[in-house]
Amino acid sequence: MSTIGYESWAVDLADVGAIYPFQGAEVLMVILGVAFWIGWHRIQFVREAEHLENAKKRAVDHERIQESVERY
Amino acid sequence: MDGNLNALTTVFTEFYYWVTVVFMFLIHVGFCMYEVGASRRRNHMHTLMKNVMVIPLVTVTFFFFGWWIYWAFPMFPFFGGLDLEAGAANLPWAETMGPNAADRITGVFWAAFLLFSWTAASIVSGSVIERIRSSALWVHAVLIGSVWWIIDAAWGWHYGGWMVKYLGYHDAYASGVIHAIAGGYALGVIMVLGPRIGKFASDGTPRDIPPHNPWMLTIGVFLIYTGFWGFYAACNVPIISPEGIDGQITGTTWTATNIYLAPTSLSGITFNFLMSLSGGLMAAYVMSRGDAFWTFSGGLAGVITASAGNDLYHPVQAMLIAAVGVVVVYKLHFWVERKFKLDDAVGAVAVHGYSGVVGLIISGFVLWGVPSSPYEGYAAINPVGQILGAVIMFFVLGFLPGYIVAKLQASAGVLRIPEEVELEGLDYAEHHAYEEAKQEIIEADKAHLASKIAPAE
Repeated sequence: MSTIGYESWAVDLADVGAIYPFQGAEVLMVILGVAFWIGWHRIQFVREAEHLENAKKRAVDHERIQESVERY
Repeated sequence: MDGNLNALTTVFTEFYYWVTVVFMFLIHVGFCMYEVGASRRRNHMHTLMKNVMVIPLVTVTFFFFGWWIYWAFPMFPFFGGLDLEAGAANLPWAETMGPNAADRITGVFWAAFLLFSWTAASIVSGSVIERIRSSALWVHAVLIGSVWWIIDAAWGWHYGGWMVKYLGYHDAYASGVIHAIAGGYALGVIMVLGPRIGKFASDGTPRDIPPHNPWMLTIGVFLIYTGFWGFYAACNVPIISPEGIDGQITGTTWTATNIYLAPTSLSGITFNFLMSLSGGLMAAYVMSRGDAFWTFSGGLAGVITASAGNDLYHPVQAMLIAAVGVVVVYKLHFWVERKFKLDDAVGAVAVHGYSGVVGLIISGFVLWGVPSSPYEGYAAINPVGQILGAVIMFFVLGFLPGYIVAKLQASAGVLRIPEEVELEGLDYAEHHAYEEAKQEIIEADKAHLASKIAPAE
């Protein structure tokens, strides 16, 4: 058994197409890939919201904000 | 070069490798920038020179004996003697090791391998900054660049290597043969070398030592990415006929191949380079909560994890494998740092070593049963062969030699710089001429100003 469908290279390359593993499962792989991508955005939205909420709480200290503004 | 087609193929191949070599120079530029950016101001010239001198030292030794090792060692010492016949054309005094109208490939092929050697040495160089003696590092550079990595290449990155033949070892873009070995070697050295002063608090908590120039670091990593692209191309044979391979492939269709002369395509590896880079960047951003340097390094770690099988993976597989690798590597880095109090200044052991090992192991499962070679009688790719391969690369040829040589250097008192110098900074201790010259010219200018130019009324 070979995950790419070829157990040896005793083939005529003119007859060979795809050589990646798990041919036939492309749609499933893409679904997994899309889930990874969408999941990444979800994590990022949640974390950035937390980060900005914390930053907003710190921002009540006007002296600190002024220091940041002056630092450029 | 008989016939126009042969002539074109030869000249195309010659030019192809030449271009990859120029691209790969950017890897070293990137490593230099990264190391200098990561070091503190008082050490940056020393850090730079330490890595710059890797270039000539590894080059000349790779000419003198490294290249010969690659051709002579594929079965040596466990499954046969030295292949003196193949080695003969690659000895430094062979006619093919110079301008030769009958051989247009040896020089560019030698150079492509040499640039890999610089990379192996440079990976070690980054982890030991700010406390190793340059003389000690340069011995390690020659050993990893012109001896140990090229032995592993002969065994596992050669169409006739014993690891390929008997273990089914597969490592198309060098997860193990460059990255795992160099990461393992670096680990062996830093275990003996010890951390930089101040790296760990008295209770053992690690402290961050911030880079003196984060922008230099950023450009450095991006240059490494660019050079890595050239490295991928350099790992392929760009065009060869079934007759030229002389294996089991039938018919007359020409192909690009990996280093084992098994079919792949430049197009396929371009998909996979970019998808694994992306998977690595995305995973590292999440894991490190947006830390810039871990994110950049994660891109690199992602490519390295997927590299063993990037000649064959589907692009989505490359992306996901890269992401998995980065998660493991990130966790492992901080666990090892806390547990063993190791100071890997640029994360080289993790980004190169652990990624390489994880990548080899994953590829054994994903490519299970795939022919490792176009020749008859070779083992197919399998998890056991890949795991054994990872152990050989990281531990046997990487960690052990690094640890032993560093121990010898430490016992001779030539490994680490004195504490006083480490605190004062290597640039002031060793590059005092610059400071003196600067002071002298400032004094001269001030004297000229005082004696020749009248102050404004």
